Amino acid sequence: MQIDSEKTLEPVQYKSEVKNLSFYYGGFNALKKINMVLHDKKITALIGPSGCGKSTFLRCFNRMHDLYPGNRYEGEIILHPDDVNILASNVDPIEVRMRISMVFQKPNPFPKSIYENVAYGLRVRGIRQRAILDEKVEFALRNSALWDEVKDRLHDLAFNLSGGQQQRLCIARALATDPEILLFDEPTSALDPIATASIEELITDLKNKVTILIVTHNMQQAARVSDYTAYMYLGELIEFDVTDTIFIKPKNKQTEDYITGRFG
Amino acid sequence: MKGLHILTEESRNKIAHAGKLGYSFRRHLHERLIEAFLFLSAILSIAIMLAIIVMLIKESFVFFQHVSIWEFITDTQWTPLFDDAHYGIMPLVSGTIVSSFIALLVALPMGTIIAIYLSEFAPFTVREMAKPFLELLGGVPTVVYGYFALLFVTPILQTIFPELPGFNLLSAGLVMGIMIIPYVSSMTEDAMRAVPMNLREGSYAMGATRFQTAIRVIMPAAFSGIAAAYILGISRAVGETMVVAIAAGMQPNLTWNPMEPAATITAYIVQVSLGDLPHGSIGYQTIFAAGLTLLLITLTFNIIGHVLRKRYREIY
Repeated sequence: MQIDSEKTLEPVQYKSEVKNLSFYYGGFNALKKINMVLHDKKITALIGPSGCGKSTFLRCFNRMHDLYPGNRYEGEIILHPDDVNILASNVDPIEVRMRISMVFQKPNPFPKSIYENVAYGLRVRGIRQRAILDEKVEFALRNSALWDEVKDRLHDLAFNLSGGQQQRLCIARALATDPEILLFDEPTSALDPIATASIEELITDLKNKVTILIVTHNMQQAARVSDYTAYMYLGELIEFDVTDTIFIKPKNKQTEDYITGRFG
Repeated sequence: MKGLHILTEESRNKIAHAGKLGYSFRRHLHERLIEAFLFLSAILSIAIMLAIIVMLIKESFVFFQHVSIWEFITDTQWTPLFDDAHYGIMPLVSGTIVSSFIALLVALPMGTIIAIYLSEFAPFTVREMAKPFLELLGGVPTVVYGYFALLFVTPILQTIFPELPGFNLLSAGLVMGIMIIPYVSSMTEDAMRAVPMNLREGSYAMGATRFQTAIRVIMPAAFSGIAAAYILGISRAVGETMVVAIAAGMQPNLTWNPMEPAATITAYIVQVSLGDLPHGSIGYQTIFAAGLTLLLITLTFNIIGHVLRKRYREIY
């Protein structure tokens, strides 16, 4: 489908292009020839029933699958403006993760202070100057709407925060290194409705600053926050379009059935 | 039997008659017996521990009626079996501390490095092969380590330090360290592997390397388990007997120099226990005072370990 739209849109507006991406857990083919794009500084949502490969797809973007033996990628994920295939074997996954950050399903703060959690990505990049760290930490905490709540206790242990605050801390941690793409893997599934609302608001606010790809189980969430939505089923990309189109006038019968709750 | 909640008077009587809802004396007796057995097993270990402490204190009390505690602590010679008897524990304490210190200098860094490798770097197959081998190292009888130190390590050390005596603390300490490595590495690795995967992934997702992840995230998260492993290693080093008895000589010697022969508390106790000193003599009583000292040292470390574990509880 991005092949059609290429005529009307300059490729430069794409932050990333996925071309014929297949993925294998050992012998199991989890993703089947996916073609898709990520629009620059827009939010793209991945929806679909459990086990459809949404999270697997998301984790291809920061090469998380490289951590476990027996996993194999086929096809390309092109990152613009460099036009580099980030799945290529000569691309260092660590370099990829330095540019593409991720927020997980369950808040996973490190056993460190609030400050050191946010500074972690900078520290592993070898940044030691206090002034730079201070500035970036404050910037990231402000952008994740956590600054006012924690500014007086930056050196407290991160575990003392509430679940919603911990997840915003994880977002701050991901933001502190100025990523180009932010990956969210069901970021609100472990949170209560109020914390969920604040995370959703935060994601919407971040839209103009960074390209976002979000996996969600919650279709209302996809409809609320995203600009583009992809519906996946059994490792295949069934339909990818502007969110409104997907939710109001999906072209594919399967998508419609899922959206309307007839299945899934 | 279905629909127990709508029992009629009649059916209730019927069931009670059948004994279904009645108090089952047999079942309760059975349960009581199991509970009593479990309780006895638990109390037995505590009772033995108390018995050991009582025995040590009682026998030491006899000893300290002949030798003042002040003399015990400050005298610089330990010659209870000589005509000119001195009862200063310090020569034995110094031997124990020096040999343990050398052992820990080997065991803690090596054990930690092995644990980091096995937990964070090693491929699955390597880990599965290496662990049994390491545990085998822990199964070698300590007396074999003693001869290994005396007949193999000491001659090698003597080529580097020609003036090194045949019995010395250095060789005993080094070999004791090798002996303790499996304990430290195995427990440290268990603690590190118990850290949940989502913390590891969080660190990798930030662009951290394996080593950065291991040092900056996994080790702090596993701190209490690692502290427990270290404390166990220290206790083993302090309490180890055969290696030092064989390789370090049995001459009480107030020294902090690892190149000298010396006796540790444990080596002395073995020496006296195996000898033919008359029961109840002052020379015989010394081993209880020495044993009590040893117990106090290991108890101190266990308390430190307990405090550390409390303070840095694992929170993921």
